[in-house]
Amino acid sequence: MTGIALLIPVALLLGLGGLAAFLWSLSDGQFDDLEGAAERILIDGEAKEREPD
Amino acid sequence: MNMAVARSEFTLPGIRCAGCISKIEDGLADVPGVRAARVNLTAKRVAIEHGQDIDALALQEAIGALGFAAEPVVRMSGADEAAHAESRRLLKALGVAGFAAMNIMLLSVSIWSGADGPTRQLFHWLSALVAMPTTAYAGQPFFRSAWVALRHGRTNMDVPISIGVLLATSLSLFETITGGAHAYFDGAVSLIFFLLAGRFLDSAMRERARDGAAALLRQTAPGGTIERPDGSTKWLTAADIAPGMRLLVGTGECFAADGKVEEGTSEVDRSLVTGESRAEAIVPGDSVIAGSLNMTGPVTVRVTAAGPDTAIAGMARLMETAGQGRSHYVRLADRAARYYAPAVHTLAALSFVGWMIAGAGWHQALLIAVAVLIITCPCALGLAVPVAQVVASGALMRRGLLVKDGSALERLAEVDRICFDKTGTLTLGRPQLAGSPNLAAEDASIVLALARGSRHPLSKALGAALEAAGARPAVLQDVHEAPGFGLEGIYEGTRVRLGRPGWVGLSGFADEALSCGYGRNGHTAHLFCFADQLRPDAEAAVAQVVSMGLRPVILSGDRREAVLPVAHRLGMTGRADMRPEAKLRAVQDYAAEGDRVLVIGDGLNDGPALSAGHVSIAPSSASDVGQNAADIVFLGDSLLPVPIAIRAARRTMRVVRQNFALAIGYNVLAVPLALAGRVTPLIAAIAMSTSSIFVVANALRLNRCAR
Repeated sequence: MTGIALLIPVALLLGLGGLAAFLWSLSDGQFDDLEGAAERILIDGEAKEREPD
Repeated sequence: MNMAVARSEFTLPGIRCAGCISKIEDGLADVPGVRAARVNLTAKRVAIEHGQDIDALALQEAIGALGFAAEPVVRMSGADEAAHAESRRLLKALGVAGFAAMNIMLLSVSIWSGADGPTRQLFHWLSALVAMPTTAYAGQPFFRSAWVALRHGRTNMDVPISIGVLLATSLSLFETITGGAHAYFDGAVSLIFFLLAGRFLDSAMRERARDGAAALLRQTAPGGTIERPDGSTKWLTAADIAPGMRLLVGTGECFAADGKVEEGTSEVDRSLVTGESRAEAIVPGDSVIAGSLNMTGPVTVRVTAAGPDTAIAGMARLMETAGQGRSHYVRLADRAARYYAPAVHTLAALSFVGWMIAGAGWHQALLIAVAVLIITCPCALGLAVPVAQVVASGALMRRGLLVKDGSALERLAEVDRICFDKTGTLTLGRPQLAGSPNLAAEDASIVLALARGSRHPLSKALGAALEAAGARPAVLQDVHEAPGFGLEGIYEGTRVRLGRPGWVGLSGFADEALSCGYGRNGHTAHLFCFADQLRPDAEAAVAQVVSMGLRPVILSGDRREAVLPVAHRLGMTGRADMRPEAKLRAVQDYAAEGDRVLVIGDGLNDGPALSAGHVSIAPSSASDVGQNAADIVFLGDSLLPVPIAIRAARRTMRVVRQNFALAIGYNVLAVPLALAGRVTPLIAAIAMSTSSIFVVANALRLNRCAR
């Protein structure tokens, strides 16, 4: 029983943590541009720093 | 320096990749006054934070200089904003229900595998603790909709859902308090979760289609330059312009209000308003309407009507009343619920009475009645329609068809008559050179150089045809536009002209608006004829539509001589010279005869008919009004998306009916078990998820419905 008393709150808290993270990311606009997020990794961020040769 | 930060948003219909994103964001970062720019690829928009010293027009030019067409974002209408908020609420509720369903399911699995005594009691209490607030929060979309329906004396799919969920939760709470063996918290919460998933997918897909359509909208006129009595000028937004003001409209600008021309001559392109691109000459005294494009010369206009009094706004009101008939349409799922809900509730009541008579005691009889309600709770029925429509809409979107309205596919599957507009719908709506230019190389290069000097649709068409023929522009001096006549320039010392046939020395042509002449001093003048070509595949599309059993008809505002050849070539009847009210009446008459009318049109003059039709489709080249009124917008020049959409809609409804059959078949198997009192929470959970999975898997077959 002691195991359960510890594990169940831990499981619920972990789940609540995930839920809170989801709700936060939703209100933060993380899901507003899913296609853009997929494309952005292809942007070469260093292009601007390169010296013109 | 002004430190206040302003925010502007632009739609960018042309962006599609990472390269476009970085080009725009990096390019805008270098524009003085811009603080930050963020592109949203999904919505095809860019949000710019900038100082007050740079205005929307300058930003639009800056994006244009980067090689992208940008339009200021049209303010979202109230309905769109509400839909967006609703979609957000559904996603939040879905997150909460998902968390709760998983945790309760974990607790339930240990109960099903044999936990009893104080452990089962503890787990029931924990489940109740999670399930009660979840039901109260995540069940709201269903409770609200069911309440609205009941208050109006109707019933919809949400009524049996709400009753099932509420009864299951309260009975489980009672069981938990009295230490009973069976609690249905897991069933109630996972039911909410499944149904919310269907609802959310439905609304998210709809929102994407609306965003896609909104990105195509060109703002009619964000505003215009006003000349004050003292001679100074000021730029005002369309909302601030009032009748009586003097509006200065430059070449290439849109009229921001209705008015009468006071000074200057020009030609206007009314394609945004009427869908017809034939340029019309205007001289002082002529009236112009908001939304048309001033093409060849600057004019000054005395505003006669602005804002809600313009012709466009008047048409919008006509459309609103025309569209009211459609709002009475009852969706298929709700029609099914009319029969389903009473049947289920009677069944549950009968089983309660039956077990009471059999002497089972009220506690057991109630338990069995609730089990019947849970088993018959229309989880699969609730998913049957939305999932099929989401999958079909997604497949259509990949083919360039944006389905904006939830019930559009249902209504499209029922149509048996189809009304086409001619200009801009059956035809491309822009003039194209008839035949080949047939010019010497030297003349071709002169004409190209002249044609590039104007935004007149004829000169654009001519320029494109000559470029395609491989001509290079000649070097001309002193090219200028004579408003209302054409272009003039000097080539190697001689005067060259491109414009009205009469102006270059040609005469006797019936259709001046669709021809133009080219004259060069000392040479014979040359005439170019233009025609508004049929859309590619128009004949094939109409033939397919006819073979599907639909009766086509053309309702056109154009002249009889222009309509009949097109009608004859496509093999259908044509009605010409129809004003917007006449089109509306024709559609209403067909509806009164019992026809389900599909209206396909593009112009403002089609707006009322589009709203009145059982369902409506517009091409993406349509006016704002046409696109707003249509249920479905198709991209590209071909007309083939129309038969594709109808076929897809019919297949969707076939799958929906199969889904209904599956869901009802499952009930036929499971209900006797529930009536016999053999259903435990475990059986309920298994039955519910398998039927949902079957329905979803069947709907996924629609992924290829638009091929």
